[in-house]
Amino acid sequence: MRIAGRRVPLREEVRELAARRELLVNLVRRDLTVRYKRSLLGFLWTFLNPLIFMVILTVVFGTLFAGNAGRFPAYILPAYLVLQFFLQTTTTAMTSMAWNGPILRRVYVPPSLFPLSVVVSGFVNLGLSYLPLGLVMALTGAPFSWALVTVLPSSLLLFLFVLGCSWALAAVAVYFDDVRLMYQAGSYIFMFLTPIFYPLEIVPERFRPLIYANPLYHFSELIRTPVFHGQLPSWHHVAVAAAWAAGSLLLGWLVIRHLSPGFFRHL
Amino acid sequence: MHVLTLSSVSVHFPPRREVQRSLKELLIRGLGQRTQQEDVFWALREVDLAVGAGETWGVVGRNGAGKSTLLRLAAGIIFPSRGEVRVWGRVAPVIELAAGFDRELTGRENILFNASLLGIPGREARRRISEIVEFAQLEEVVDAPLRTYSSGMLARLAFAVATSVRADIVLLDEVLAVGDQFFRARCADRIGELCREGTTVLYVSHDLTSLARLCRRAVWLERGRVAAVGEAEEVLAAYRASDAVAPPPSPS
Repeated sequence: MRIAGRRVPLREEVRELAARRELLVNLVRRDLTVRYKRSLLGFLWTFLNPLIFMVILTVVFGTLFAGNAGRFPAYILPAYLVLQFFLQTTTTAMTSMAWNGPILRRVYVPPSLFPLSVVVSGFVNLGLSYLPLGLVMALTGAPFSWALVTVLPSSLLLFLFVLGCSWALAAVAVYFDDVRLMYQAGSYIFMFLTPIFYPLEIVPERFRPLIYANPLYHFSELIRTPVFHGQLPSWHHVAVAAAWAAGSLLLGWLVIRHLSPGFFRHL
Repeated sequence: MHVLTLSSVSVHFPPRREVQRSLKELLIRGLGQRTQQEDVFWALREVDLAVGAGETWGVVGRNGAGKSTLLRLAAGIIFPSRGEVRVWGRVAPVIELAAGFDRELTGRENILFNASLLGIPGREARRRISEIVEFAQLEEVVDAPLRTYSSGMLARLAFAVATSVRADIVLLDEVLAVGDQFFRARCADRIGELCREGTTVLYVSHDLTSLARLCRRAVWLERGRVAAVGEAEEVLAAYRASDAVAPPPSPS
């Protein structure tokens, strides 16, 4: 029995989400195939994008700085992939409920499913881009150690963090169109506050708190440490990233649940 | 046994101009401004309804009386502002055509996608696919993208999917108006069949003749209130008679 009070009860919504596993699979599959449908190389772009990025880095740093790029690509690429996953996924997920308004107006589907499907397909892409990352590691002589195993749980933490952000952003974007534009402009801040090209040590001491406050710094270190240094990530980064993931997930869920009764008036 | 009950359900919508589209607007207008109570549009007021399993209900009323709001409540798409809606079982809505259809996907892909929207397992949907295509008479075009379909074909497909998935409650909003008379006749047969199998049907229509033929029970909505509820024959007769009387009878 479903009681439509002002809000669908939590247990009910979780059950409805679970009942739509197939819809989630369908949405993810559609997203992954449509993304590359009109392109010549199709699915290969998932692999090519990080590789091309790496070639550019090698050329730029090899010639511009008249030295050897050396192991530099393996330093940059993990952080670059983390940042790309976060920015692309949150930006796409943000409009996912508004775009699926025609469906949400006519059939009952838990609204949280649409941002979830975007984050899942982004995560699949992230996983696929770990293959060229492995190639880059091999080419640049990065150490392949057991520490690499931690990339999986670290990526899952990142997934949860991005999911929470996506839920909150998507819910607010249903109410206000301009949030999307504000976010697109505002999210550039993450580019500057995530040390991708430079090590944290070259940042002046007084600016470092800004970087510590950026969750993406901690997530990128979680991936970078085993990939570049062949070491386990420090407990400090693990703890901070886990706290961000839990907080974001909780906040995102609360926001989308609190706002969802009003969605049909705005979609 | 009931499958759908509404107890003193009211639904209101904010006046159009109150629906903010941008954060900037909200900030400029100020957070303190509250909606004036008299400006609110009440789509349904204090509606009580009890729908039993296996009953076929007609929903009648003038434009804007709240018929579609009633179906959307039953589908769980919108929420009551006051009161409570209880639903037992799986609901298959056909509210507006092409609900959840993707114009770029083929008919077959859309059937599977639509079934997954309704929470129906792919196994079950694949098993029913030929039955759905046959009923909708779309054998020749089922692998063509949906944008090549006519509106009649879309209506047939939507009706066929919603009535083939073994839902407990089927909601039909004016869908049959699009099909030709042969398809409408087969729809009527299908509704009778569902009814015998114990499926509940809520059917919104302005076609009183087909309502009288299909439905045993009916509810007449007038400006968001229940004007009459009961045996279809009596309710439809009262609704028909209301046309002669102007203005419409005050809702009781």
